[in-house]
Amino acid sequence: MALKLTDLKTSVHNDWCPGCGDFGVLNAIQMSLAEMDLEPHRVAVFSGIGCSGKIPHYINTYGIHTLHGRVLPYAIGAKLADPSLEVIAAGGDGDGMGIGAGHMVNAGRRNVDICYIMFDNGVYGLTKGQASPTLSLGLKTKSLSGPNINEAINPITLAMASGYTFIARGYSYDVRQLKELIKKGINHRGSAFISILQPCPTYNDINTMEWHGGQDRKDPATGKAMPRVYRIEEKGYDPSIHSGDADELNKKMQEVNSLGNQLGDEIPIGLFYSNETIPTYEERVAERLPNYLKTPPAKQQVSGPSGEPVADISALLDNLCMT
Amino acid sequence: MTNNQLTWMIGGSQGTGVDSSALLFGRACTLGGLYGYGNREYYSNIKGEHSYFMVRVHQKIIHSPLSKPDLLATFDAETVIRHALSVNVDGGIIYNSELSNVKLTDIPTLEHRVLEDLVTYLDNNKLEHSVNGILEASRRNGVHIYAIPYGDLLKEAASTLGEPKLSNLTRMMNTMAVAASFGLLEFDLSVLDSAISRTFHGKSKIIQLNMTVGKSAYDYVKGKYASGFQYKLKKVQTEEKRVFLQGNQATALGKLVGGCRVQTYYPISPASDESDYLEANQILKINPRRLSDSSNVEKTTYLEKNGGSVLVLQTEDETAAITAAIGAALSGARSSTSTSGPGFCLMVEGMGWAGINEVPVVITYYQRGGPSTGMPTRQEQGDLRFALHAGQGEFPRIILASGDQRECFYDAVHSFNYAERYQLPVIHLIDKTLANSTATYPMFDLSGIRIDRGAITNGENLNNLSSGDKTYKRFLFTEDGISPRTLLGTKGGVFWNTGDEHDEYGHITEDPVVRVRMMDKRMKKLETIDHEVPIQERLTLHGNEESDVTIVSWGSPKGAIIDAMDALNDENIHVNFLQIRMINPLPSENIISVLSRAKKTIGIEMNYSAQLAGWIRESTGIAIDHHVVKYNGRPISQDEVCDSIKKLVKYDAPKRLVLTHGT
Ligand SMILES: Cc1ncc(C[n+]2csc(CCOP(=O)(O)OP(=O)(O)O)c2C)c(N)n1
Ligand code: SF4
Ligand SMILES: [Mg+2]
Repeated sequence: MALKLTDLKTSVHNDWCPGCGDFGVLNAIQMSLAEMDLEPHRVAVFSGIGCSGKIPHYINTYGIHTLHGRVLPYAIGAKLADPSLEVIAAGGDGDGMGIGAGHMVNAGRRNVDICYIMFDNGVYGLTKGQASPTLSLGLKTKSLSGPNINEAINPITLAMASGYTFIARGYSYDVRQLKELIKKGINHRGSAFISILQPCPTYNDINTMEWHGGQDRKDPATGKAMPRVYRIEEKGYDPSIHSGDADELNKKMQEVNSLGNQLGDEIPIGLFYSNETIPTYEERVAERLPNYLKTPPAKQQVSGPSGEPVADISALLDNLCMT
Repeated sequence: MTNNQLTWMIGGSQGTGVDSSALLFGRACTLGGLYGYGNREYYSNIKGEHSYFMVRVHQKIIHSPLSKPDLLATFDAETVIRHALSVNVDGGIIYNSELSNVKLTDIPTLEHRVLEDLVTYLDNNKLEHSVNGILEASRRNGVHIYAIPYGDLLKEAASTLGEPKLSNLTRMMNTMAVAASFGLLEFDLSVLDSAISRTFHGKSKIIQLNMTVGKSAYDYVKGKYASGFQYKLKKVQTEEKRVFLQGNQATALGKLVGGCRVQTYYPISPASDESDYLEANQILKINPRRLSDSSNVEKTTYLEKNGGSVLVLQTEDETAAITAAIGAALSGARSSTSTSGPGFCLMVEGMGWAGINEVPVVITYYQRGGPSTGMPTRQEQGDLRFALHAGQGEFPRIILASGDQRECFYDAVHSFNYAERYQLPVIHLIDKTLANSTATYPMFDLSGIRIDRGAITNGENLNNLSSGDKTYKRFLFTEDGISPRTLLGTKGGVFWNTGDEHDEYGHITEDPVVRVRMMDKRMKKLETIDHEVPIQERLTLHGNEESDVTIVSWGSPKGAIIDAMDALNDENIHVNFLQIRMINPLPSENIISVLSRAKKTIGIEMNYSAQLAGWIRESTGIAIDHHVVKYNGRPISQDEVCDSIKKLVKYDAPKRLVLTHGT
């Protein structure tokens, strides 16, 4: 029985501000899961803290709303204990690039098979609009008392440097592309990172839907808005790593960094990088623990019918035994 | 003649094999049918600083160190300089005769305070500031001095073996110091040989080298000095199977048998030894007869062939360590993380989250000297209050404190059982002394160990759970506060978690009525625990119930207290000892009944402010009469406990006694 979109909705009242970019992400996630026919119990959506962090409550799958910045270690722990789970991690730019940056970087080098979706709105939404680590130097969004005093972190180049094997940029109001990116991210073997340009109409009055859509710059000839965001796949860009050799990797890395840095009047969105030549963490574990993929930690039976432990430690005790 | 009772000490600079030789000594004694207790003291340093190891040997089981060694085995100058003056009268010092002229100022690692004290002492006794001066002082104190030409003996052995390089192997001096001690003690050399074989298992060349240099030192000392030394060790025949192990190993073994399948950690002393041990023994042997699903032949043969395994995950920090362990617990693995104070600081937010979301997770907490980085490799029990109160708001947690290596083993199993049965974080408190000391025990009995996974529901009965309601309620309100949980991935068992207050489904709520019910439900679990957990898992009253004097303590001082009680009995001083094993929830009723029978109560703890005594007072209204505390970073010894109890029994003062022994 194919899943319907409604199967993925909950009855929880959604309290995001009207027009918030988060709705687009929520729709895209629900559509992806429905199209992939992933039954709710097979999926666990983990999230951090922030407006974006509330997302699991609106999705009818296992929903684990964690701590500020800690979404990745929770998600990784759950996935490694049971690799058969489909694990999605979601969180804000403050969550992932600020308080959780250490986890974000270290998750990249592990390459656990999860999909991490980061909401880039340039602000700390839920705490009323302070500058987030992705807000550019000198910008003054609505609730800042002065222009931003810090340089911005670029999520794409940081993901590249950290070792993520799937890197994409999506846009909240291009739900169709976003849905495809999320599906690909879920299917990707390894850690997928999707940074989403997510307008916050309440606090970020600069990077708005209108701004992304180019409403402020009309084509003098046609009078039509010239959108800043454009789909990279429509330009024939190939995100894939094929051989995985050093030259290819170097070249692609430069391309991805350059795409990542384009955040002005031309903002590419789409899949920038996909590399399946690198083993996942689960595969690396399986090399050490032969039973790992068949009986991962969560699936191991640890006791017999009346609670007797099944682990036989007698050889270890004998090693320490002095007789 | 003193037979089969000895405190032996060896020292040297870190990285030169002091630990291995002490373990060799301890293993050999255990193989010889004696019981050993070894305490390791070391700096937070990899190479060069001084470390030492005391091994106490006895014919009966012992659990603690004594303050002073009977025999000090050395091969470097610093060990002589630091420890010679603490050797008991009639005891002995083995030293390297080539080092007699080394001056105190030649030792860069001596602290100023130590140097000044020694210089004053030597000046008062008109002795030179050198190894010679120190040894002369010891001699005057009635200690026997035994010179050994390590270099010459090594050269000789090198030429017999045709291994010229051997004479440069200063590492061999470790084995020689052990063997020389055996010679003095006239202990059976074959016992040492079998300990060497076991220690260097499979490396026949190294075994041969060690045995050869060992024999030369043994023969030299035995022939030359043994008759003048009054301590002797004799082999004792025993049928009893015994283990000789450290607390971190015992805890790891308890985790393995107790069903732990995910361990996360970030490296820190003295906790990471446990994770290292787990990682080194990641692949488990499974006893297939025990698998309940015996009809499922394929599974049985599969496990039989491949065993189970523990995933040991080294994370980027302790915040990740605890949150990854929680994630793994949500998926259904028995999960734990191990750390000490600085790491636990970072784990606090994760623990609160596990509290409000009722996730079973075990935190093995190895206390060390605080505050901040404090004394990373030294003993303290300063974190009881921290473990008890860490975290904003109120949520139930269980805190268990083990008193010896054997309890570390069984409490590790209990920790997981409690965590899953009551769905909450369990803190297993251990300390540096337990972690790093090595002791002999009769082989652990595994037959009584049971795993209790608590209320886990698998889907079949999911729909009935929420009384007719079709959707599963993870946080269903129940009488005892425990709601059957599903593991991630269970069909029909979808739930939500959040660090916010939540309703029965796990969705955020700020409703004041639900809030109160949810708080009450969670906190109710403490009462359930108080009713259900057998009292023998929560406290132990050692000794005669009717004694007038009751000692109250927790954690590693147990060893010194038990040993002191024995010694005091011989002097006709009878005390009993209330050991608190479950710090939270505290078994208050039972504590009240024991303490109200005593005429005098004495608390013994290794922290400044007598934290357990304060917690008992808060929970029971009973103020303990005297506090014996120690916080100099060194373990508490049997004789320190004896002396303080005698003093407090006799003079009824002071109220607070601070112990300071230790180098
Ligand atoms: C440890 C901790 N510090 C601070 C907070 C307060 N806090 C709540 S949400 C938030 C910022 C969220 O910003 P972001 O991650 O960008 O998410 P957004 O709301 O923009 O989606 C902060 C700082 C917290 N919950 N936990
Ligand atoms: S504050 Fe911004 S990010 Fe948060 S819900 Fe409102 S619009 Fe969305
Ligand atoms: Mg944000």
